[in-house]
Amino acid sequence: MKSFKHLAMSAMVGSALLLGACGANGGAEGNGEQLSGTVKVDGSSTVAPIAEAINEEYAGVQPDVKVSIGVSGSGGGFEKFIAGETDLSNASRPIKDEEKTSLEEAGIDFTEFKVANDGLSVVVNKENDWVEEMTMEDLRKLWLEDGKTKKWSDINPEWPDEEVKFYSPGTDSGTYDFFHEEVLEEKDMVRQNIQLSEDDNVLVTGVTGDKNAIGFFGYAHYLANKDQLKVVKIDGVEPTNETVESGDYPLSRPLFVYAKNESMKNNEAAYDYMKYTLENAGEMAEAVGYVSLQEDQYKEALETLEGLKK
Amino acid sequence: MASGSKKSYSVSDMIEQNSNKGFSLKIEKAIPWILFAIAGVSVLTTLGIVFTLIFETMTFFSRVSLFDFITGTKWYPFSIENPNYGILPLISGTLKITGIAVLVAVPIGLASAIYLSEYATDRSRRFIKPILEVLAGIPTIVYGFFALTFVTPFLKNFMPELSIFNALSPGIVVGVMIIPMIASLSEDAMSSVPNSIREGALAMGATKLEVAIKVVLPAAVSGIVASVVLAISRAIGETMIVTVAAGATPSLSWNLTDSIQTMTSYIVQVSTGDAGYGTTIYYSIYAVGFTLFLFTLAMNLLAQYISKRFREEY
Repeated sequence: MKSFKHLAMSAMVGSALLLGACGANGGAEGNGEQLSGTVKVDGSSTVAPIAEAINEEYAGVQPDVKVSIGVSGSGGGFEKFIAGETDLSNASRPIKDEEKTSLEEAGIDFTEFKVANDGLSVVVNKENDWVEEMTMEDLRKLWLEDGKTKKWSDINPEWPDEEVKFYSPGTDSGTYDFFHEEVLEEKDMVRQNIQLSEDDNVLVTGVTGDKNAIGFFGYAHYLANKDQLKVVKIDGVEPTNETVESGDYPLSRPLFVYAKNESMKNNEAAYDYMKYTLENAGEMAEAVGYVSLQEDQYKEALETLEGLKK
Repeated sequence: MASGSKKSYSVSDMIEQNSNKGFSLKIEKAIPWILFAIAGVSVLTTLGIVFTLIFETMTFFSRVSLFDFITGTKWYPFSIENPNYGILPLISGTLKITGIAVLVAVPIGLASAIYLSEYATDRSRRFIKPILEVLAGIPTIVYGFFALTFVTPFLKNFMPELSIFNALSPGIVVGVMIIPMIASLSEDAMSSVPNSIREGALAMGATKLEVAIKVVLPAAVSGIVASVVLAISRAIGETMIVTVAAGATPSLSWNLTDSIQTMTSYIVQVSTGDAGYGTTIYYSIYAVGFTLFLFTLAMNLLAQYISKRFREEY
């Protein structure tokens, strides 16, 4: 019965996502004139899913605008941005001071746009009555490969002496990248008793069905399966819309798009694409597993963008 | 045909009329070539697949040594610092599933075949056989979710230590899936044993069971074994059931209650991500695919050999 409920839930979530995507599609008409040109985007692989989802929709509105989205990582994206090769740069962290300086030296003015929030959620089985919260240090210790089979008692002696079953998004996902960068500090993830899957539903099934399981995925996916999972507080903070948005949740972060002012002014295609991005980022972000910003934040951003054109 | 009753042609007239039609003659000549070309399509497809597999596999082995691949006991392709490409854990996963499937399917399949060929009345055979064959028509994704959402929770009642993803439950379900193959092909083999042999045995005082087990079964053994081998090859290549229900944790052990990974489900795992073209992980799926191909090819050749070698001619 429980598993049937899970199936039903997954179906509902799936159709909700689908509907969300359709909604974005429907609301996206009406710029009227057909543009052509190229827009070059590069940067974070974490933002890429949103960018790619937006791009797919955008191709239906402006088929003659060629948008290329590279995934060199936030840092690699900024390198190209500084070199003047790209119009937009995606980043899963704010721009660094030295990158700012380099941009000034290169004479490139830019504007920062927030497009969404991400709050990676760590979850355990509902029957797990020992884990309530973990520190970032615990999390790192648990997930780091050290050649041994991990047991709960390795982290806290009061926890059971049983093997931990790990469930992680696949290595191609931005969520994996974030975890790999932020929690594991680019070290290898555990290799035993771990199941990697690009399909978040598999992770939910795994964690739901196994008392000793622990897994993580995007915040939106945790929300959709909230009833079947127990979320772990990180450094004492539980991921909620508020804590993810405010950044109090340690595994939360805003996702950015940095725009080159000159491109916004002179490249009509780039301006139109950025406008489309801000108009649809909320819905697209939710659809691919992130947290949307407040409605007026997008409005404000749109006003800022309009200001760049003048 | 109606005209036949009014006029009657002599056979030689009809032959003459026909041979006058040059067009149909041309068709007669062209037909073998057309059919040859059509048959060629599947041969070329097979060749294309085999060559693609071979070329991509060779690229893989230019990066990973063949020896490590065959003898390695660790399959950690996603590790960034220290990836391992030892195929044995994946093979062990595939063999676990196949082994369980065979244990389930051979007794049930054979028993069904014996019943259908030796005991069932015509009426019940006409009723049971199609139902049995419906099993073969169920899409494997349905079997997969059947294993994950019904069989696994059911087994958990008796074995609390069973993981949600495990080898046992998909193994059993793959077994169910190949039952019709074994039952149907074995039944064909047993039905083709001439009745005179059965009657001879009965006349000597054998019971019906003795006839079935000691006379018909040995006489049909080549067909039965071939059916089992074909079913094994089907189980080795089964993809969807194991992807859904067996998990994705490659491990080399005898454990049946934990998550495993088969060769087929590894290929699925990589192809559902966007493994970049040209990465070692990308090529590894061809190497695994080639290994899989060798397994099923060996099984099919074995089936052919057995059915020829042990054939009883009547």
